[in-house]
Amino acid sequence: MTDSSIDGILRAQAPQVLTAVVRKYGDFDSSEDAVQEALLAASEQWPTQGVPDNPRAWLITVASRRRIATLRSESARRRREEAAFALAPLDTEPAAASDDTLTLFLLCCHPALTRPSQVALTLRAVGGLTTAEIARAFLVPEGTIAQRISRAKQRIKATGAAFGLPSDAERPARITAVLEVMYLIFNEGYTATSGAHLHRVELTAEAFRLTRQLHELLPGDGEVAGLLALMLLTDARRPARLRSDGALVPLAEQDRARWDRDAIAEGIALLTNALATAPIGPYQLQAAIAAVHDEAHRAEDTDWPQILALYDHLKVLAPGPMVTLNRIVALAMVHGPQAGLAELDRAGADPALAGHHRVDAVRAHLLELAGDRAGARRCYESAARRTLSLPEQRYLRSRAARLV
Amino acid sequence: MKYVVLIYSNPMSRRIWASLSGAQRAEGLAYYAALNQALAESGELIVTEALASEDNAKRVSVHEGITTTTDGPFAEAKEHLAGFYLLECEHMDRAIEIASEVPEAEYGLVEVRPVMELSDFDV
Repeated sequence: MTDSSIDGILRAQAPQVLTAVVRKYGDFDSSEDAVQEALLAASEQWPTQGVPDNPRAWLITVASRRRIATLRSESARRRREEAAFALAPLDTEPAAASDDTLTLFLLCCHPALTRPSQVALTLRAVGGLTTAEIARAFLVPEGTIAQRISRAKQRIKATGAAFGLPSDAERPARITAVLEVMYLIFNEGYTATSGAHLHRVELTAEAFRLTRQLHELLPGDGEVAGLLALMLLTDARRPARLRSDGALVPLAEQDRARWDRDAIAEGIALLTNALATAPIGPYQLQAAIAAVHDEAHRAEDTDWPQILALYDHLKVLAPGPMVTLNRIVALAMVHGPQAGLAELDRAGADPALAGHHRVDAVRAHLLELAGDRAGARRCYESAARRTLSLPEQRYLRSRAARLV
Repeated sequence: MKYVVLIYSNPMSRRIWASLSGAQRAEGLAYYAALNQALAESGELIVTEALASEDNAKRVSVHEGITTTTDGPFAEAKEHLAGFYLLECEHMDRAIEIASEVPEAEYGLVEVRPVMELSDFDV
């Protein structure tokens, strides 16, 4: 068995093993550490000794032993109690496994945690990734992630959050937080670097795996389906997004024959079903916009009036600076660059957008469409100076250079 | 998001440091140790170093493939880089908050710079 297929087994088992151990011992913090140790032990032993017949039972047993060992070193009084516990038969097939996995998702994205902590904890506890793998994926030292996870668990402990599903009233907001974490992991996976590729966990694949899992747990949730569709419809363009030199190719210039038609079909099917059966939400709208782009076989075939209408809805449902700017681009495609520029002047006065490099980038694009090459170049250069993204800077500089 | 906090020294700050008693210096170093410890515990510290004096600096230049070095400091510069933090913070405001805890901030000698990211963006 290859190392990567063992990784696959471990990651798939991680949430069920963890919830079984938490159910048994009650303490999320120490149980999570114990499971992480069990996963590490498995990744060291299984490649040489073979995968046990029942991997989950093996992992639960090893994690339980670690958990007990920790308790033993903690106190003699507890030792007696836990030794009695340890004699009880191990429940290796938890009855409510799916509910438990959902509980785990919600706990890892607890509102008391910072966003980076939610991301790190979800990848470890639900995703079964090691601290080292998460650190490599985010290009930060292992200690940074280890601290983030241990602090996150301390915070969960401090809030006194029990290991159970939140109330029905609380649930939608909690699920929204999980979706935001999934989307963040997905976007982070778009990192354009190639340097350390060999040892980096594919975050986009992890985001897909976890979101698919969430979709299986909550098949009727339109926003979960919407997010999965959005990921599929976006990732479908990946083969056409980079030139051989690593430079980004804008949507309008991509070779659409290279788009992944299967992913597009799956995304559209998911989205169509969600729109027909569930209340509409921001992820479904974003997926619908992506779908309109994906359905155009040539850039000039794009149904911009429909995209503009979708952005009008999105602006009401989930307003934000990037929605405002993207809507202006759609508006310019429908009503001409001057209409877009006029709207951009108004939007640029909003404090959330004032001085933002994206305003300059959009203005540059609209000026270029309007035929003002010198103005467009100035705006591309100004945007390039202010962006914090290296690939974006390269892209903006190349746009400016074309207009000299 | 990664940020670099750059800490400079200038003639005034060097005079102040030189005028401190041993106990005061120890107090200053203990303050830094506590700050570093707190940042390590919050998971925000990636690396921090205090730089050796600019008297130890070498200026490197390469002409036609030949490397030559000259001794620093650069005569024209009054301010020198004295140390730095590489941090992983949620946003700029948090990086500024940390920078404001660096003692040299009292003398306007601390600068925060975001690190360029490799993350992609939607074209």
